[in-house]
Amino acid sequence: MSKPKLKALTINRPWCKGCGICVAFCPAKVLELDHEEKAVAVRIEDCIACSLCALRCPDLAIEVEIAPEDNEIAPPAQKRILIQNRGGSRS
Amino acid sequence: MSIHKYLRERFFPHIWCAGCGHGTVLNGLIRAIESLGLSRNEIVMVSGIGCSSRITGYLDFHTLHTLHGRALAFATGIKLSKPELNVIVPMGDGDALAIGGNHFIHAARRNIAMTALVMNNRIYGMTGGQFSPLSGCGMTATTAPYANIDPDFDVAALATAAGASFVARTTTFHVKEMIDLIRQAILHDGFSVVEILSQCPTYFGRKNKMGGAVEMLNWYKERTTPLGSKAKQNDPSLIERGIFMQVDKPEYCSQYEKILQKAQSANSQTKE
Ligand SMILES: Cc1ncc(C[n+]2csc(CCOP(=O)(O)OP(=O)(O)O)c2C)c(N)n1
Ligand code: SF4
Ligand code: SF4
Ligand code: SF4
Repeated sequence: MSKPKLKALTINRPWCKGCGICVAFCPAKVLELDHEEKAVAVRIEDCIACSLCALRCPDLAIEVEIAPEDNEIAPPAQKRILIQNRGGSRS
Repeated sequence: MSIHKYLRERFFPHIWCAGCGHGTVLNGLIRAIESLGLSRNEIVMVSGIGCSSRITGYLDFHTLHTLHGRALAFATGIKLSKPELNVIVPMGDGDALAIGGNHFIHAARRNIAMTALVMNNRIYGMTGGQFSPLSGCGMTATTAPYANIDPDFDVAALATAAGASFVARTTTFHVKEMIDLIRQAILHDGFSVVEILSQCPTYFGRKNKMGGAVEMLNWYKERTTPLGSKAKQNDPSLIERGIFMQVDKPEYCSQYEKILQKAQSANSQTKE
């Protein structure tokens, strides 16, 4: 299975109570609390889409949407690249 | 998102304190239910009284918010009259094992098919931090300012001894494990118990100088270990997580159905 890719991370500000759980346990240090003690994604480009913040949030304030996996066309295309590599002029 | 269909969103943000583990139990529970593809109509959730018991108010299933300690008694009535429904009973540690201890052991003994979730924060949250049968020796509470001298129950051992046929333990830190265990507990045909260690930063955390929600989750991370791990051999004080008991045993409603059939056929024979 390929690694999940982030489609969207949404924080429902009115529901967030600023407990800091998502901030403390994000493996990629994506989240911080802002001046109003609300969670914000300050380094969204680092997000590995693990969904742990959404699963642990006691206030159900975070939603992590995963991008759909590359469709069925992907594996054959990849295979083609491999075959090309093998037959290439790398010698 | 699809989990939102299970929520009564008009009551959010919910009443629990910032960082209360009970919210994470709610979170995990709806994800377990979603993964099983259950519809809202197939689920009855019955709770008693406590911060934990407020969970039923936020869920858009058939819900009953009943009396302190008596949720399992109400749930037994529902399950016996409509065995096709999935009955889920979330309880606090006080609700389940202090005032409700008798109902708990007898529901386990009967092996009636329902899912009991013990949201164990080791204290009475709702009424201001009195110690519970799960606080444990040496802990501090509003009613034990110089330390509690009451030993605690081991919920998993108690449930197993009483006859529960599925018994598991997890924490609000181990959310993926929590979802999986709740899922398995719902699928199990018999009395299933999942003890979920759930932080109460407001009372248990503060009274015991454990820090806030983050520090309490770190405590769950560091002080618990998977069942049968090497870490447990090296440090017997660690709390084990996982499935302690999973066995097929006659389920109460199906046994009752057999008795009904027996009585009916005996009755029709005497009439003939
Ligand atoms: C018959 C009865 N006795 C006592 C109470 C007061 N009371 C309400 S909640 C509660 C204990 C709550 O603790 P717990 O069940 O552990 O849940 P928590 O609030 O910690 O989630 C008590 C003693 C009550 N409501 N009804
Ligand atoms: S875990 Fe939830 S409530 Fe806590 S800070 Fe993060 S978004 Fe806010
Ligand atoms: S999905 Fe994972 S990596 Fe992304 S913000 Fe949440 S916890 Fe961090
Ligand atoms: S008092 Fe404790 S159990 Fe009750 S809502 Fe607050 S943190 Fe949760």
